[in-house]
Amino acid sequence: MRTSSSRHGRGHRIAVNAVAAIAVVATGTALLTGCGSDGDDDGKGAGAAGGEQITLRIGTFGSFGYDDATGAKLYAEYTKAHPNIKIEESNVADGQKYWDTLKLRLSRDSGLADIQALEVGYIAEATGPAMADKWTDLGKTGGADLGAFLDWKVKQATTGDGKVIGLGTDIGPMAICYNKDLFAQAKLPTDRAEVGKLWAGDWAKFIETGETYKENAPAGTAFHDSASGLFNAVISSQPVQYADTKGELDYENSPGVKKAWDTAVAAAKGELTGKLRQFDEKGTWNAAFKNAKFATVACPSWMTGIIKDQAGPENQGKWDIAAPPVAGNWGGSFLAVPKSGKHAKEAAELAAWLTAPAQHAKVFGVNGNIPSTKDTLTSAAVQDAKLPYFGDTPVGKIYSEAAAGITPAPISRWDGQVKTFLTDNGILDVEQRGTDPAKAWDNVKKLVDDKIDQ
Amino acid sequence: MATSVRATRGGSPPPAGLRSTLHRLDLKAVPYVFVAPFFLTFAAFGLFPLVYTGWLSLHRVELGGSAQWKGLENYGALATSEFFWNALANTFTIGVISTVPQLLMALGLAHLLNYRLRGRGFFRVAVLAPYATSIAAATLVFAQLFNTDYGLINTVLGWAGFEPVAWESSKWPAQIAISTIVTWRWTGYNALIYLAAMQAVPQDLYEAAALDGASRLRQFLSVTIPSIRPTILFTVIVSTNGSTQLFGEPMLFGGSVGISGGSGNQFQTLSLLMYEKGWVTGALGQASAIAWVMLLLLLLIGGVHTLITRSHHKRKKSGS
Repeated sequence: MRTSSSRHGRGHRIAVNAVAAIAVVATGTALLTGCGSDGDDDGKGAGAAGGEQITLRIGTFGSFGYDDATGAKLYAEYTKAHPNIKIEESNVADGQKYWDTLKLRLSRDSGLADIQALEVGYIAEATGPAMADKWTDLGKTGGADLGAFLDWKVKQATTGDGKVIGLGTDIGPMAICYNKDLFAQAKLPTDRAEVGKLWAGDWAKFIETGETYKENAPAGTAFHDSASGLFNAVISSQPVQYADTKGELDYENSPGVKKAWDTAVAAAKGELTGKLRQFDEKGTWNAAFKNAKFATVACPSWMTGIIKDQAGPENQGKWDIAAPPVAGNWGGSFLAVPKSGKHAKEAAELAAWLTAPAQHAKVFGVNGNIPSTKDTLTSAAVQDAKLPYFGDTPVGKIYSEAAAGITPAPISRWDGQVKTFLTDNGILDVEQRGTDPAKAWDNVKKLVDDKIDQ
Repeated sequence: MATSVRATRGGSPPPAGLRSTLHRLDLKAVPYVFVAPFFLTFAAFGLFPLVYTGWLSLHRVELGGSAQWKGLENYGALATSEFFWNALANTFTIGVISTVPQLLMALGLAHLLNYRLRGRGFFRVAVLAPYATSIAAATLVFAQLFNTDYGLINTVLGWAGFEPVAWESSKWPAQIAISTIVTWRWTGYNALIYLAAMQAVPQDLYEAAALDGASRLRQFLSVTIPSIRPTILFTVIVSTNGSTQLFGEPMLFGGSVGISGGSGNQFQTLSLLMYEKGWVTGALGQASAIAWVMLLLLLLIGGVHTLITRSHHKRKKSGS
C-alpha cells in the first residue's frame, strides 16, 4: 500500500502514522491496546481456501445481538457451518469512543478487526474521501444481496464512486414511549391510539400536550425526559438535517435544525423537561426512569431495551408506545470490512451472512433491533412481535410502520460532531443553566467555527 | 581494573597497543554506554514527541489525513479564540482554589504529625491513602456526592435549609467541586513532604524558642515556616505544574459532557481543550499548538521559581 503512493504523500502519511503511534503510546488505555493483537494468524497464509483454521475478529459497540451468550448465537451457528472459522467479538459500550479508536486504527492500518461495525452518524465520514479506499467493496465481495436491503440504507453506505462499504444491520424507526400511570394522573388518555392522536402530525402539538400535562401533573415529574433528547427526536424526523442536498455541512440554514432547536428550546423554557442528559454517566437519567420522574421519552426501537433495563421490573406494564408526531429514524448501523485485513474475503462473507434477512429476523427476535432488510420488516416475525415488558403493545407493527415513513436525510461527515455541540453545549446549556437561547445558538456557532477544522 | 582481569584470564594477553586502546575505550566509552539507556529513552519518549508536536503545531493535520504547512496560524487562532482564553482562565482559577487551601492544609497537617502523638505511623499512612487512590475512582465517588439531584452534599445542605446547588452546571460550584477532589487527593502527599522537611529542622531551635516563651503557633510561624521555605517553594511549583495539566478530575466529574468541561465550557481546562481538539474534532495541529503553549507556560513558571530561589539564596548569603 504505502510503497505505491507518491514520495510526497508517503512522507506525510508516515508523519501522520507517527502521530497515531504516539497517541497510542500516550493514551495507552485498555481500549486501545485491548484487542491490538493483530498478527494472531501470522504464517497461516492469506486465505482459508485450504480449509486451515482462521480466526475472524469483529468489532462492535453497544448491542448488536449476535453473540452466543445473550444474543442470537449467530457465531456458534456460523462456526458450525464453517468449522475452519473461529469468530471473536470485541465490544465497546460507548459508540463515540469506539469510533474515535477505529479512526485511529484505520489511519495506521493496524489493530483493526476483520469486521468493524459503523454507526449511521459516522457513515458519511467512512464513505468520505479520507477513508473510502480503506474498505472492501461489499457489493462485489462476499456475495451480499444488496437488493434485499432498504434502498436508502444501501445508498448511505455507498461511496462517491459507487462502492458499497457497509451492509445494513438495524435501523432506528422512532415512536414515543410514555408512562401510563403519569398520564392517568395528569388526566390524559392512556390508550396508545388516543395518545398518538394527541400530537399526530406536528411536534408543536407535542409541546401543547406537554402544557396540558403540566396543568395536572403529579408533583416532581416532567413531561419529557430531556430537551436534547427531544432535539434529537425532532431532527430525526426532518428531511433536511445538518447537511444540504450535496452532503455539505449547512446546519445554520437548515429548516430541520431550526425546527428541532425551536421545539427543544420551547420545551426547556416551558419547563416541560426533566433537565436530564440522556446516557449521562452518573446515572441521573437512569434513576429518573426508575423513579418515574418524566412521562415521555422519544423512543427509537433500540430505546425499548433501555427502558426495560432502567425502569426495572417494578415498572413493568407501566410503559406503552405510541406513534410519534412525525415519523423519523434515529440511529442504525452497518458492518464494514477493512481492506487491510488478512482474511478480507472470509470477513466479507461473514458480514454478508450476518446481515442477510434470515439473521436479521433472528436478531430482532432476541434483541429487538429493527431489521434493515425489506422482507424482514414485513415478515410475520416482525409484524406480530410483542415485547413482554410493554404488555400487549404491538411493538413490531408500530416500528415497521414508522420505518415505512422514513425519508432519510443527506448526511455530512461533521453531523456527529455538530449534533454534540447543538445538544450538549447548546440545548443543555439553555435547559440546565438558563442561558438565553440566542446566546446559546451563538455559542454553538462559535464552537463549530472554532473546533471544526474544515 | 577490568582489562587486567581480562588479560590474566584470557591466557594469551592481547598486544600492548590494543590493550591500551581497550583501556582507553573502557574509560571513555563505557560510561556513555551505561548512561545511554536514559538518554535513548528520553530521546524517544521525551524529546522526539516534544519536537514533533512543535512541528505539528505549525501544520494543519487531521487524523488519517495529510499535513499542510500553516506557519504560526494555529497560534494566531488560539490568541483570538475565546475558548482558549476561557480554558486558560479556568485552569488558573481551578488551580488557585485547589492549590492554596491544599498547601495550607498540608502545612497544618504536617505540623500536627510532627508532634509526638500516639499512633503516629498510622496517621502518616492514613494521610497518604487518598494519594494512592486512582483519580478515576476518587472522582466518580465525588461526582456522586456532588450530584445535584441525589447527591449527599445537596441532601445535607437541604437539611440545613439551603436550596440545592447545581454543582455541575453552575460555574463556581463546579470549579469548587473539582478543586475539592484535587485537594482531597494531594493534601496528604504534600503533608508528608513538609513533614520530612520539618524533621530536618534542628530540635534546639524549638527548645530555644520555647525557652523564650514562644507558643506552639509562634514556633510554627517563626521557626518551622522559615526553615522549610525551600520545600514550600518546591511544593508550590509542583502543584502549579499539576494544576496546569489538570485533566482527569474535570473530565470525569463532567461525565458525558466532561471533555467540553460542562455544557457551557464552565470548567474546561487547557488539557481538556487540547484533548477535545485532537481526539474529538481531529484537529491535531491546533491541539499541538495548545500543548506548546502549555509547555511555555510551565517554563515560565519554572523560570519564576528559579528567580525566587536565587534571590532567596542571595538574601541568605548576604544575611549571614
